[in-house]
Amino acid sequence: MKQKKIINTLNIIAFLLPGLILFIVVLIAPIALSGYYSFFDWNGFGAKTFIGLDNYKELFTSSAIGFLKALRNSLLLAALSVFLQLPLSLGLALLLGKGIKGERAFLSVYFMPVLISTVVIGQLWLKIYNPSYGILNVALTKLGLESLTRTWLGDVKVALGACFVPTLWQYVGYHMLLMYAGVKGVSPELREAAMIDGATSWQVSRYIVIPVIKPIIKVSVIFAVTGSLKSFDLIYVLTNGGPLHATEVPSTLMINMLFLRNRYGMGSTIAVMLIFLCFAFALLINRAFKEER
Amino acid sequence: MMDKQYEVKKSSPVGKTLSYIGLAFWTLVNLFPIYWMFTFSLKDNDEIFGQNVAGLPRNWLWSNYSDAMRVGHMPVYFANSIIVAAATILITLIAALMATYAITRMVWKFSASMNAFFMMGLTIPIHASIVPIYVTLSRIHMLNSYWALIVPYSAFALAMAILICSGFMGEIPKDLDEAARIDGCGVWRTFVLIICPLMRPALATIGIYTFLQCWNELMFANIFISKDALKTLPVGIQALSGQYTTNWGPIGAALVIATFPTLLVYVFFSKKIQESFIAGAVKG
Repeated sequence: MKQKKIINTLNIIAFLLPGLILFIVVLIAPIALSGYYSFFDWNGFGAKTFIGLDNYKELFTSSAIGFLKALRNSLLLAALSVFLQLPLSLGLALLLGKGIKGERAFLSVYFMPVLISTVVIGQLWLKIYNPSYGILNVALTKLGLESLTRTWLGDVKVALGACFVPTLWQYVGYHMLLMYAGVKGVSPELREAAMIDGATSWQVSRYIVIPVIKPIIKVSVIFAVTGSLKSFDLIYVLTNGGPLHATEVPSTLMINMLFLRNRYGMGSTIAVMLIFLCFAFALLINRAFKEER
Repeated sequence: MMDKQYEVKKSSPVGKTLSYIGLAFWTLVNLFPIYWMFTFSLKDNDEIFGQNVAGLPRNWLWSNYSDAMRVGHMPVYFANSIIVAAATILITLIAALMATYAITRMVWKFSASMNAFFMMGLTIPIHASIVPIYVTLSRIHMLNSYWALIVPYSAFALAMAILICSGFMGEIPKDLDEAARIDGCGVWRTFVLIICPLMRPALATIGIYTFLQCWNELMFANIFISKDALKTLPVGIQALSGQYTTNWGPIGAALVIATFPTLLVYVFFSKKIQESFIAGAVKG
């Protein structure tokens, strides 16, 4: 009996081993190490100097580093995602979920940009935004709206918004698909019953469908907010944080700290702040949805 | 009869027309940039920059594609992306299947906490580990190798893979294990011969999800790989666009080469691909 138990335990360990090794070596240990590095002044290869919380202090007070501005930018992107992208996705999901002719075709087209690599999307929008030859300015000129043309990615006032548009373009389909799956999960009987009682299409959406798909909306909000906090690929391709840090986000700042300025301690500090913020916002959103219920 | 009447009432023709106008507009917004990418990949600068901005190309300039292939190294980047993605999918699948089996099918005290431990991986951003991994890789001289990407990608794909796996494995009746045991099958044989073959739908879902993640990942690939011969598509395209700043045609060709395979697969398996994304998010 005892021998059997030992064999059982060994088997469990053996089954878990590949996953555990990967997980600990690549995720858990490096996070601990990032936390450790964040207390040092270090250029990556020389000696580390312990400086306590100085990196954190500098991060939040130094305007030369501009972390607060980067954080503000990414929170602005998060707000745009939650209040522009998600309502648009929800609207499309509700419309398609009602069972409209060509539903599958629309769904498939709207989801297509999700599958395109962010680098490709970034390169494509670089061309769209090109000040002299880009399709956007050319179209505006042809429509007689020449006053609206500008250097979209080079103008401090509009660059962040210009970086948001491709994100919207890429991810509306993703959120729409999740919400659509939820809308389709609402039982047709429930819908019909409400309709017989005289509810309008809008009332059915508002009081029956949306409450049922709330858990999915929550997932979408969490993805949109943490995704904005972590955003890197698109910004890196489009502006790399410029002009004058107008589109700087924590990730681009982190990469610059590491590979332009060789400040590994400070880079780690930004990484730690990012993990912390992602967890904090996920918890906060979870709680907000719970309280509302 | 009753509900028929109400259905007529709720979908007024005006509302319906407006809905279709909205849907058609959004279709256009989605398709136009992709259409434009395809067309400028076949034009020369004269057409792109003025003579023919949005129309179909007048002379189909296939030399843009041969430029992207020969000068731009697209086939190399493409092959690298395939190698990295295939190895990542394989490792992720094996590790996830085994871990899920231990968590959901074997009886032990800490299986629930082990599951929660793995699920932490869903929220941890890939940036979190970049500094230590970079430092370690450079110390052991493993930068500029496929493994520098495969191992981290597998680890970051693991949480989602386990999540999807447990959903599917939960649907396999436990009586099967029982019956196998009575027939004298050990745990390993049960796992390999009975459970794994039944997990095929899960494998496709995880495969699709993991594939797209590797295929599109930029940050790690950009930092860990600097040799042209090892670059994956996202990094390669960045390099190529630096080479061809003023000549748009070859860049367009490269973008199409990188995008076309995924879109082609999507045309044939759109439902399965959409289901993979739903499984990934909704079960979480």
